[in-house]
Amino acid sequence: MDLKALFYLSIFLFSLGLYGVLSRRNALGILISLELIFNSANLNFGLFSFAWGDPSGVLTIIFGISITALEIVVGFSIIILLFRLRRTSNADEIEILKG
Amino acid sequence: MDLGTLSFISWWAPFLSFLIIGFFTRKKGRFSAYLSIGAIFLSLILSILIILNIEELKTPISKEIVWLPAGVSRGVAGANSIYFGFYLDRLSAIMLFVVALVAFAVQVYSIGYMSEESSPSLGRYYAYHSLFAFSMIGLTLSKNILQIFVFWELVGLCSYLLIGFYYYKPEAARAALKAFWITKLGDVGFIIGILILYFKFGVIDIHELINKPYILKEDFNLGSLVLILIFCGAVGKSAQFPLHIWLPDAMEGPTPVSALIHAATMVAAGVYLVSRLFPVFELFENVMWIIAIIGSFTAFLSATMALVQEDIKRILAYSTISQLGYMMAALGVGSIVAGFFHLFTHAYFKALLFLGAGAAIHAVHSNSIWHMGGIFRKAPITSLTFGIGTLALCGIPPFSGFYSKEEIIIKTYYYDNKLPFLFLIVTVFLTAFYMGRAYTVAFLTKPRTKEAQDAHDPDFSMSFSLILLAIFSIFAGFYHEKISHLLSYLQGSEFHHSKVSTLPKILSLLLAFLGLFFSYYLYSAKPLVLTNLKLRFSYIYTVLQRRYYIDDIFEWIYRKIVVLLSVLASWWDRHIVDGIVNWVVYNTGRIGRSLRVIQTGIVQDYAFYIVIGATFMLILILRGF
Repeated sequence: MDLKALFYLSIFLFSLGLYGVLSRRNALGILISLELIFNSANLNFGLFSFAWGDPSGVLTIIFGISITALEIVVGFSIIILLFRLRRTSNADEIEILKG
Repeated sequence: MDLGTLSFISWWAPFLSFLIIGFFTRKKGRFSAYLSIGAIFLSLILSILIILNIEELKTPISKEIVWLPAGVSRGVAGANSIYFGFYLDRLSAIMLFVVALVAFAVQVYSIGYMSEESSPSLGRYYAYHSLFAFSMIGLTLSKNILQIFVFWELVGLCSYLLIGFYYYKPEAARAALKAFWITKLGDVGFIIGILILYFKFGVIDIHELINKPYILKEDFNLGSLVLILIFCGAVGKSAQFPLHIWLPDAMEGPTPVSALIHAATMVAAGVYLVSRLFPVFELFENVMWIIAIIGSFTAFLSATMALVQEDIKRILAYSTISQLGYMMAALGVGSIVAGFFHLFTHAYFKALLFLGAGAAIHAVHSNSIWHMGGIFRKAPITSLTFGIGTLALCGIPPFSGFYSKEEIIIKTYYYDNKLPFLFLIVTVFLTAFYMGRAYTVAFLTKPRTKEAQDAHDPDFSMSFSLILLAIFSIFAGFYHEKISHLLSYLQGSEFHHSKVSTLPKILSLLLAFLGLFFSYYLYSAKPLVLTNLKLRFSYIYTVLQRRYYIDDIFEWIYRKIVVLLSVLASWWDRHIVDGIVNWVVYNTGRIGRSLRVIQTGIVQDYAFYIVIGATFMLILILRGF
């Protein structure tokens, strides 16, 4: 199996996620893009674990997936609350951090 | 208990009473008064015990603790450390007694005099009095000159507080400030002198100084400078020319305060300081000459100013300056016995005069002698005791002032320079004249106002103090031999004249009687002659009433130079110092304003910055920094 191609896949997933985080207007879209970044990281862990024959990378993936699941829960709750408060899930229109 | 412990208790008892009054009983005026009097009475009793055993003090007693350690090694302070403690020898024992006695008399007197004050105000008054007693005794018993300086400033503070006791009166507040500032002028010199002494000669301990005075002679010029600077402090505190201008204004305070602080004790601190260091001063002929000239000139100058004053307290104030001049002159011509003995007698009779004046003011509700008159018939105790004080001040035998003044006149007569003698002998006449004038106008002639007609003797507490001090004013002179024997250890080279000429004695007596006679004659019987004289010499009269324009000169300096400096300093502060601060503030604000555009509040912008930052760091890491 050509590991190199899979590394390129990981880079592609990361770039796609990054692009999504920076450019999507909908907060849900941003959250989904974040998932892509996590997936690319998890993929990397798996690849290195496979390449070096070390199972600890796989263990990290399991931790990573469970943490991501929790993160999604928290993220969705925040977005729902924001939507209730502001009647929008558009990230551009939420500027409460402005100094 | 040994004498050291006694002196220690008599020193700290008033401080304890000050703390109790200050923290707890300030609102209860009467109680505070009795507490303060109790403390000073204890000091007085202990000081009498010390005086009775004064022969034991041939070897001085001292105790000290390390105050400012220097060169500490293995927990032991080095040789240059400064100590805090007491030094009880014959000089400080006598001074302790004088301070305690006068303070006691004045505090008792104040019960009657201040009886119309409100209770908290009375408490404040006695708190200050206790603090003053503590500070003055501390000054008397100080172990080294730096400690003297600390208490020197403390008594200055008490003086300031008590002059400004009626702080709601603008003149009193102004006089308090004036006293503080003018004495500070001298104190600047004093502290510089102490610093030079400590750093160049390495000795500020009094015991060392008076036993090894020749240390200062190793560098004659620097030694002279140190002594002149220390004398500057004495000039300020003892109101000598040209810093005498604060004392007459200090009369704005309550009269008992004038008696205690501005007549008997604090203003004598300058004289005491010179006496304390007399063995050192004695080695420097040049400094002694300056002291003699300044002292005698001050005596003469302020006596002339006393001639035209109408406020009875101001007459006494100028007289105090004049008598302090006598003491300084006596020290300057090289006789500690004459100088200190005059301090000893003067403390009693001048405090007595002030208290008598206070009683007279209390009776007629005015300070002007022209509003009094005829008090003699109505208030015999006041008049008799004031009369005793007057005779003592004029140097009429057998009152105490006669002995001390005669001693000074003789000592100055044998001084190489005849100038001090001339000043002082003329001052004898002037003194008798202005005191005769005050007594004649205020006590003898017919009453001039309705209040003066209803004058009466004061209550028991005031009369008690008057009589107590009158007794001392009469009998203090008899201790002349005793004191000159006790103080002989400070006197290096005593005058030994095979036969003392009687000329100065007779001359001074004659002049004193003449002065009294003339003033009585002019002011009781010849008002027309008086008016004529006043008209003929009106310009001299004006100059005297304007106090030789010395106050005006000081005021001019203040208005022109000090205020100009303040204007410059304020310009510098507003434009340069504040300018720098404002510039920093302005630029911080500008940078902030230009940076706040990146804070959009949009979460994706922040994510973008994170990406840029992470990329930048990644590049750095990959390039190996």
